[in-house]
Amino acid sequence: MTQGNKVAYPVVPGPEGILPPAATMMGVPLPEEGEGLVEGRIVGEQEALETAAIALLTRKNATLFPGPLVLWGWNDHTNEKAKYFFDVANELPGIRIIPMPDYRPIYPKIDPEAVINPCHPNLTIWHNKIEACVFIGVHCHFANITLKMVRAGTNCYTIALCAEAGHEDAMCSVPNFDIEKLVRFRDAIIKVKKNGIKPLYEGKGIIPTGWAQISRLSGKPVEKPKDDLLEVGVTGAFSHELETGLDDTAE
Amino acid sequence: MSLKTIQAAPGFQDYLPKEYQDLLEDGPFFQQRKVSELGSFKEAIEEHPMCAGCAMTLFIRLVYVGLPSLEHTVICGTAGCGRLAISQGAVPFVYGNYGDTNAVATGLKRGLDIRFKDQPKDVVVMAGDGGLADIGFHAVMHSWFRKEKFTTIMLDNEVYGNTGGQDSGMTQKGMVMKMAPTGKKFEKMDMLGLAKTAGVAYTARISPTNPTRVANTVRKAVLIAREVGPTFIQAYTSCNIEYAIPTPKVMDDAREVEKDRYGYLEYFSDEAKTYWEESEKERKRLRKAEK
Repeated sequence: MTQGNKVAYPVVPGPEGILPPAATMMGVPLPEEGEGLVEGRIVGEQEALETAAIALLTRKNATLFPGPLVLWGWNDHTNEKAKYFFDVANELPGIRIIPMPDYRPIYPKIDPEAVINPCHPNLTIWHNKIEACVFIGVHCHFANITLKMVRAGTNCYTIALCAEAGHEDAMCSVPNFDIEKLVRFRDAIIKVKKNGIKPLYEGKGIIPTGWAQISRLSGKPVEKPKDDLLEVGVTGAFSHELETGLDDTAE
Repeated sequence: MSLKTIQAAPGFQDYLPKEYQDLLEDGPFFQQRKVSELGSFKEAIEEHPMCAGCAMTLFIRLVYVGLPSLEHTVICGTAGCGRLAISQGAVPFVYGNYGDTNAVATGLKRGLDIRFKDQPKDVVVMAGDGGLADIGFHAVMHSWFRKEKFTTIMLDNEVYGNTGGQDSGMTQKGMVMKMAPTGKKFEKMDMLGLAKTAGVAYTARISPTNPTRVANTVRKAVLIAREVGPTFIQAYTSCNIEYAIPTPKVMDDAREVEKDRYGYLEYFSDEAKTYWEESEKERKRLRKAEK
């Protein structure tokens, strides 16, 4: 358990190697309402929001990953939440938006500029060199596995804005993340900027990523590039060739 | 689950990948697409990791065309080749444990009927011969005995293709497979006969040689299941890998097998026949009225 300032298990950007332990098994507790979780440590909600804001403003290629719970117009609430999502995005210069529209295993190939998939989220993060990201509107059971995979294989700072209990496996997480908290998050971003945090991509707006987004947002036809898909599988999973194999004759 | 699920929240449509944009703008939802329209709309399934020339994939593609309301359908499957493609479809897919598919589908169907009283929700089990006739046999039979109102589609490739060629209950007697070197010892199971005995309202045996007939049969089975009782389709979907069928010859094989032992066959219970004839009359009347 976390005692005082001592952290039972620091949940920090990886790569931590294949199969990192679940933070909850290492003694990291979930935050209560009004609290947040930063790198395995329980903090106040405002501190968590500001930490997330600083990460998104200062790390390279920060990206928002909206999941099905905000991406699709399920009901009036999600439609309203979408508006506040874009309010947050508009406060983050140079932010990218790559959706996770559903959890279908996208095999055999994925377009990592256009989509992130919980079965192989590392491919999207590697390809786009994302060093900070937000998961929002992703069902918890998929967020859990995704966050662990990202921590295992990438150096990305993960932020989970969860409508339920929060996520220990994220570097930063705030629970019960409703519209009010989205507004508070936007305010926290404005506050840290006022306090002197200089955005890495100052002056830029939302940066379209992938040919379909660029085409759609610019209103101009953009041709689909021929070699923009990543193969999923053994080579995709490890992203490099084995340099040395096992020596069968070694004793 | 509502009609609103298949639309993006405000502002998000521009950020969706192209295939999702196409599904929203020109997809198969909220209308009955026809086989003749294939290629002119965004299908529920396009990319998949199945083997080249796989007849099962063609059949699955046609099933998606035949389903009467994709936006109100849940597909339930299990381990095997088929789920590799089915799980990529733009229709909710529930992965039952091996053997559990029809039990899982029972729970789904009953739950959906309670939750959505005014909106029919279709549950369709689509799994292989191993998943339905062997390992899932007890759950299949009992769902039929209980008269559960959903459709079971067996993708009958007559082998455990995904695991290297073991014989299944649906393999032909005497067939020598990679993992059955002395040949299959017993007759192919008569699942159609068992279905009839169990009181299934509509059964059909089909090969993917006639795409329109496949789509129509699926549509018929789902509509009858919605109103009358369990329905069953047994589809020949050869495994060109385990049966060493050259890729360009897959459809030739399907035609030969159809001619030899897998001819189109359908059976209606009395109640299903009455329902289907009346609903066909009604559809014709409506079509006339529209004209």
